Amino acid sequence: MTGEGGIPPYQGQRTSPLGFIVQVVENLRKAILPIIALMFGSQQFGDTPVVVGLLIGLAIIVFNVAVAWLGWTRRRYFVGDEDVRVESGIFSRDARSVPYERIQDVSLEQKLIPRILGLTSICFETGAGGKDELKLSFVTQSEGERLRTLVRERREDHALGSARQEARAEAATAAAGVAEPESRLLFTMGPGRLALFGLFEFSLIIFALLAGALQQLDSFLPYSVWSLDDWRGFASSQMSWIGAWGVVGPVIVGTVVTITIGLIGLATGIARTVARDWGFTLERNARGFRRRRGLFTRTDVVMPVHRVQAARITTGCLRRLFGWHGLKFISLAQDSGSESHVVAPFAQMDEIWPIVREAGLSAPPADARWHLPKSDRWVVLGILGAIPVLAMIAFLAMEGRWLLALAAGLVVLPMLGLRQYFSFARHRYAVGVRQIFVREGLVTPELVIAQQIRLQTVEIARGPLGRWLGYCTVHFGLAGGKLSIPGVPIAEAFALRESVLNSIAAVDFSDLPQ
Amino acid sequence: MDHGNDDELTKVHPDHVRVLRIQSFAAGAFCVIAAVIAGLIFPPVRWYVIALGAALALFWIIRLPARRYAHKGYMMSGDRLRVARGMLFRRDTVVPFGRVQHIDVTQNPLERFYGLATLVVHTAGTHNSSVALAGLKRADADAMREDIRRHIKRETL
Repeated sequence: MTGEGGIPPYQGQRTSPLGFIVQVVENLRKAILPIIALMFGSQQFGDTPVVVGLLIGLAIIVFNVAVAWLGWTRRRYFVGDEDVRVESGIFSRDARSVPYERIQDVSLEQKLIPRILGLTSICFETGAGGKDELKLSFVTQSEGERLRTLVRERREDHALGSARQEARAEAATAAAGVAEPESRLLFTMGPGRLALFGLFEFSLIIFALLAGALQQLDSFLPYSVWSLDDWRGFASSQMSWIGAWGVVGPVIVGTVVTITIGLIGLATGIARTVARDWGFTLERNARGFRRRRGLFTRTDVVMPVHRVQAARITTGCLRRLFGWHGLKFISLAQDSGSESHVVAPFAQMDEIWPIVREAGLSAPPADARWHLPKSDRWVVLGILGAIPVLAMIAFLAMEGRWLLALAAGLVVLPMLGLRQYFSFARHRYAVGVRQIFVREGLVTPELVIAQQIRLQTVEIARGPLGRWLGYCTVHFGLAGGKLSIPGVPIAEAFALRESVLNSIAAVDFSDLPQ
Repeated sequence: MDHGNDDELTKVHPDHVRVLRIQSFAAGAFCVIAAVIAGLIFPPVRWYVIALGAALALFWIIRLPARRYAHKGYMMSGDRLRVARGMLFRRDTVVPFGRVQHIDVTQNPLERFYGLATLVVHTAGTHNSSVALAGLKRADADAMREDIRRHIKRETL
């Protein structure tokens, strides 16, 4: 390993400042009993005033705060090429380094107070057990997740030899914005495209936010937002001029309100989209995909190609009419909390397929055989769902309310049937030579493309109904995402599992395309 | 290989039933206590409720572990581990050795008393990130772990 275990100067990172608060609270919690004991103790001696006790208590608090502060300032961590290092201690310095190969697992731990503050302590488990583990308290939750992913990646790099390590070093320089030997632009969105995208991202979230804010500020307002009487008073006071317009008045007001809400919704959508996706660029460099986006908080994410587990193509019911789709990659790493990486949020299909191909995946072949699930599942579930409806109709009929019973029968039952039909027809899957395609949704179809060799486990789950009707749900273990097919006929499910497992076993894990 | 044929599954050690019984003892006791309390609150149906609670407890302690045992099985083949469990809600999982991240062999005090162990296989998948197989003899579990580990080593080298 490295000769010196120390952190290179100016390279270490501090833990989260909020952790200082946690430490103070933690220390005080331990010190509170002695302080109380001291206060009572000081009262025992008649001539010592209470002030002395208070002063000593204050001194203990100040001391604790100071210790926590010093402890925080003196603690640094460093994630190097070979190992993770932590230096801590106020007077006696403690430097510990753990090489990546020795890290068995990285665990995150959140106690109550850190949890409230969004902090976590991270533990690099070496298998040594007990106090010899490398523990780091406290970092923000996102930093914790990042460290975990990073350590896992580096450990894997070490395990797989130096070729990857070099590639990673290359990627690191690329990520730092230095020397990018060859990076091709895969996808970008100009302001025009962004504005169009924003139109489809129509959002009324601002009204929810306003309602929330009003609820908070309710007591400070001169009138109550939630009281109908106040609104009625407001309406009647305004009625005079609305009334002057005659019948047209309410219609005009209604239209104006609707248009205003619509415009606000559109503006919100555009603003949010622009803030999130401003200057969206996706590039392909030696190591993988690099995505940059954001107006206020700009993010720069590098995603190695071999980390892409599957691709997910989504759309919306309106944008689909104009051929707009979004592409996400499912990967082990997390993208700011969400499970997959957005690589092309708003693109036409002929722009999407080249990006998909870059990730070593391909579109379903034109002659792919799409399997539909077993319809029995939805039929029986529909019948089960119809029982309460039928009971209600029978009840209404017995009460002599024939019209209502007829209406319920003619409206609810067909609706139930349609719902079952649509939820049946929205699932389908196809198996390619190397890939598996799962499509879900009719109005807004979503297609997941996964390489069979990327799948981790195959589970066949069957409930009582499935046992009776001969269908099951196939769950694939996918790193960083979910992939399940419901209602697969039993024999087909086992055949599917066999074929997927054989293709997994045929490929040596270390030979995966990089 | 596997075609969902349950006959080729290996059963876990019969002592597993005993472990399950002792583990479900608390639940059974809870049933009885709840029944007694309910009986005290509603005296007219007292004996009926207590009988029901006792029957439920007996089912829980005697019958359920036996059924769970009967429907649990595993199969190790050259490159994969298959674990199947449950009858009403059956889950039949296959983990290829090439996808195993790490392996645990755990023993709680009860298992230790009977010389049993639980083999836990971890993968990178979000669904089924760990697959546990309880009720193995400690030596068998260790041997299986070694088998899988040897396989992983061969694949990554």
